[in-house]
Amino acid sequence: MTPVDLLGQALNGLAYGVLLFLLSVGLTLIFGMLDVVNLAHGSFYMLGAFAGLGLIAATGSFWAALVLAPVVVGVVGALVERTCLRPLYRRAVLDQVLLTFGLIYLFEDVVKWIWGGRIRSIPGPALFSGSVKIAGAAFPAYRLFVIVFGLAIAVVLWLVIERTRLGSIVRAGVWDAEMTAGMGIDIDRVFTGVFAGGAALAGLSGVIAGPIRSAYPAMGSEILVVTLIVVVVGGLGSLKGSLAGSLIIGQAETFGKAWLPETAMLIIYVVMALVVLFRPQGLFGRPLR
Amino acid sequence: MLEVERIQTFYGESHVLHDVSLTVGAGEAVALLGRNGAGKTTLIRSVVGFTPPRQGRIRFEGREIHRLPAHRVARLGLGLVPQGRRIFAPLSVAENLALGARGEAAPGAWTRERVYALFPRLRERAAQGGGTLSGGEQQMLAVARALMTNPRVLLLDEPSEGLAPIVVREIGRVLVALKREGLPILLVEQNFPLALRVADRVYVMNKGQIVYAGTPAGLDADEDVKRRFLGVS
Repeated sequence: MTPVDLLGQALNGLAYGVLLFLLSVGLTLIFGMLDVVNLAHGSFYMLGAFAGLGLIAATGSFWAALVLAPVVVGVVGALVERTCLRPLYRRAVLDQVLLTFGLIYLFEDVVKWIWGGRIRSIPGPALFSGSVKIAGAAFPAYRLFVIVFGLAIAVVLWLVIERTRLGSIVRAGVWDAEMTAGMGIDIDRVFTGVFAGGAALAGLSGVIAGPIRSAYPAMGSEILVVTLIVVVVGGLGSLKGSLAGSLIIGQAETFGKAWLPETAMLIIYVVMALVVLFRPQGLFGRPLR
Repeated sequence: MLEVERIQTFYGESHVLHDVSLTVGAGEAVALLGRNGAGKTTLIRSVVGFTPPRQGRIRFEGREIHRLPAHRVARLGLGLVPQGRRIFAPLSVAENLALGARGEAAPGAWTRERVYALFPRLRERAAQGGGTLSGGEQQMLAVARALMTNPRVLLLDEPSEGLAPIVVREIGRVLVALKREGLPILLVEQNFPLALRVADRVYVMNKGQIVYAGTPAGLDADEDVKRRFLGVS
């Protein structure tokens, strides 16, 4: 592999890592705050891609879809939290797992019913349809857009979570939800907001993934496994961990696929196993008690 | 002010509080004593809405609060300094203080400046993470954080737990000062001298029931109650 190939793969890995970050950040905050293992989180990614597909068809604009699809998915997320998950918070984890596992099938069937089961390609924006020369090699402009856009979202999220009052409420809730309520904060509304926000980010990930990875009903359950690995590697409830884990797993899977196609998935499991072996709480998670 | 009337509280199926009644009057400091596992923390958790009672009533300023969610109870003016302090470790000291702050504009209200004047150490550490503070500093932050909500009654659950004697004296000084200002206090303690120093009235709990109610002097003179329920003599 030449250095130019290496660079190309690294950029591919970065674009994939950015998609994983948008997915995992919501999952990790939901885990950390609500103690809910939301297996349907990947479905929000899939719904984002299909909402994007529908909105591009309706509006003719990728950019309109980029803005509106996450809103649609966020509303779906809020409804799921209010109607399905809320009654289960005090129940055993297995009940939540069963419910969210069931939601995966529900959402897949809804999408099959509307769009059919086959793979649909999603047109990217005309603005980034070309390619950019980097070190003499052509690299799709759209992927560069995904990288810059995703990292910009990461910066904005970091500013919101670390520098605003809303962010301090979210961090407090992740640390100790009961005590946050004890300070007079309506933690139920925060739960709904975080769940909806996480769903919207997953939806955003789905829309921007569309032109690279297409849209198909099983895409959500496929990426869920990788996203769960990211969360374990990065550490529960940590924004920094989510970013670091996404970038690491994005590179590991991309280089794995390039070098050892048969064992690409194995490599990310090895990375996870090593992290868990030496740091059971993940790279930036709080120490296990 | 605060009236707990014949409450029964459960954790799942285990029955923890049996028919517990207790009152805190306006401007009054009340101590609740008892051994580990007597049900003192459960009582506090019942009052603030963390573990609502299954039966009985809790009124605050005449209003029933035992069916309200915890954040509504807090907003009515019950300030909690919880067992184990429960500082938000990922938040800075200033963020911990700001989280529940309200009512700062009223005359004589608790503001950040006023709590910093009460606990100068917190001003020095304002930008530091709550998790980096020492145990004593965390306790001061827990008290300051509750004061920032401008509570109408202050509930403290074992504020002396795990702290050095000099810090316990400091906490005692602050509680006496708060009482002088007229802030009603319900103090759960195992530290008998601290409770005697602060309280106007005392209750003793054992196995989820109130077994003694009276004055600090009366309890101090009652060797039988002290030996049986507090393990002091």
